[in-house]
Amino acid sequence: MSDLLTVRDLRLSTPDTVLVQDLSFSIAAGERFGLIGESGSGKSLTSLAVTGLLAPGLRAEGSVELAGTQVIGAPERRLVGLRGNAVATVFQEPLTALDPLMPLGRQIAGPVRRRLKREGAETSRAAVRDEVMALLEQVRLPDPVRLIGAYPHEVSGGQRQRVAIAMALACRPRLLIADEPTTALDVTTQAEIVRLITSLVDELGIALLFISHDLAVVGQVAERVMVMRHGRAVESGPALQVLTQPQDDYTRNLVAAARRFDAALEGQG
Amino acid sequence: MLRYMARRLVILLLSLFVAAIVLFVLLRLLPGDPANALVGVGATPEQIAAAQAQIGSDQPLAAQFVTYLGDLARFDLGKSFVSRAPVLEEISRRLSVTLPLTLSAFLLSMLIAIPLGILAAVKSDRWYGLLLSVVSQVGIAVPVFWLGVLLVYVFALNLRLLPSGGFPLRGYGDPARAVTSMVLPVLTIALIMSASLMRYVRAATLEVLGSDFLRTARALGESRTGALMRHGLRNAAVPVISVLGIELSTTFLGAVVVEQVFSLPGMGSMLLLGIQQRDYPNIQGVLIISTLLVLLTGFLADLLQRVLDPRLRKEARR
Repeated sequence: MSDLLTVRDLRLSTPDTVLVQDLSFSIAAGERFGLIGESGSGKSLTSLAVTGLLAPGLRAEGSVELAGTQVIGAPERRLVGLRGNAVATVFQEPLTALDPLMPLGRQIAGPVRRRLKREGAETSRAAVRDEVMALLEQVRLPDPVRLIGAYPHEVSGGQRQRVAIAMALACRPRLLIADEPTTALDVTTQAEIVRLITSLVDELGIALLFISHDLAVVGQVAERVMVMRHGRAVESGPALQVLTQPQDDYTRNLVAAARRFDAALEGQG
Repeated sequence: MLRYMARRLVILLLSLFVAAIVLFVLLRLLPGDPANALVGVGATPEQIAAAQAQIGSDQPLAAQFVTYLGDLARFDLGKSFVSRAPVLEEISRRLSVTLPLTLSAFLLSMLIAIPLGILAAVKSDRWYGLLLSVVSQVGIAVPVFWLGVLLVYVFALNLRLLPSGGFPLRGYGDPARAVTSMVLPVLTIALIMSASLMRYVRAATLEVLGSDFLRTARALGESRTGALMRHGLRNAAVPVISVLGIELSTTFLGAVVVEQVFSLPGMGSMLLLGIQQRDYPNIQGVLIISTLLVLLTGFLADLLQRVLDPRLRKEARR
């Protein structure tokens, strides 16, 4: 059992609908795993189930083992210990994912202070501030002094997402979940954010669960992928193989559509 | 921020001015002369004329209006038609009852409604969370005077703990009696107010609990309570503050009813008496001061929201 995350026969449901079923996959330490699917396919729900953050009213069955701890059915106290420590998440929409009323520096300082405390390190203001500055540099944000005093609405979407990444990294998690982290951004910024995430997880040896509907993006990021549709896995395997020689009809359609889209774009340009 | 404040203050003064004009016009639209009311039904024409000369209602309306505005500009609200006492003096005496009544009821209602509203939201899936919101829902439907009478029945008539009404003649010169006579009225207003306030606090907290940024905080290892404390309360406070401003204003105006129930000599009874006696300066005075207080409350609530929410400050700068 060297896998960091093992999901087995996961089933998510509301009292009258089954949203995800028969889902099994695992992610090894340091591995980059991609979850592909159209909106409503259950990929985001799956990521929330992994962190035990499913909305009340959603029922999770099966097994999610994260860093040796069973998440499903675990009491909130154990989950709080797991989140931040074993897993951290970067969400899709950085504008709403950040507290609109708190300066960015203080928002990054929150997880920094928790991690320093966890590691038994000094949590003085200066120590926390140094760490915040180092993180801002790590996610390549310019002018960090101005940035720590700025509010989310005062910086660009790409900068907000970098701050969200800095907050996740501040936890030093063993698994980073990136849930459609580029969907709300423009194309140029998307590419930068994707490069930033991949280089950082490699550098820090963090495993990555990258969720996207964008085949090209997942292809850049992930070593292994799984394609989901209507709450089920339709295909999984090494990224190169799935994206170049898809076996399942649905994946084949996806790949073909993505190719046509790219061709059309190039034809225009 | 300073420029915003200055602009808001100018708007506030203009609104007050408009309110003063509307008041004057509305009162003069009433048929008959207030002098008639002053001297009574059996008065001779000479007596009526003398009364008219005394209160100035023999002057043309335009002249009365100019005098009124001139006095207002000098913060002079005139003299009562009936007692000939300066209106402002009477109002300040009355405010010394109404303001403490309203403000302590307001504070008490916040002390009740904010913690309970948050609890009702956080525990909305438990039976007591549900019970709390049912109680607040029922509380909103209870009329103020009915609750007042109920409290008098229980605490004054049956338990004989507190006076059923009235206010010591010497006012705060008799502090023990002044305070005890305020307890039931304050409680009446505070309970009614906290019922509706609690609903707003609950709704704002529920909204924040479902927000993305709270989920982010929790996804990075913050506990539910910790996330609510660190990010939730401040965010929930912004919409609640505007409700608080409105609640404070309505309480102040609604004090009329409660002051009647408990026979308190406040602004409310001054207004009602003024209307009965057609004492225009008193009516105008009470309403202008009330308008001023309501406008000031709104101004303060706005300011406080701006202090909390940087997004509003940005709009103000433009």
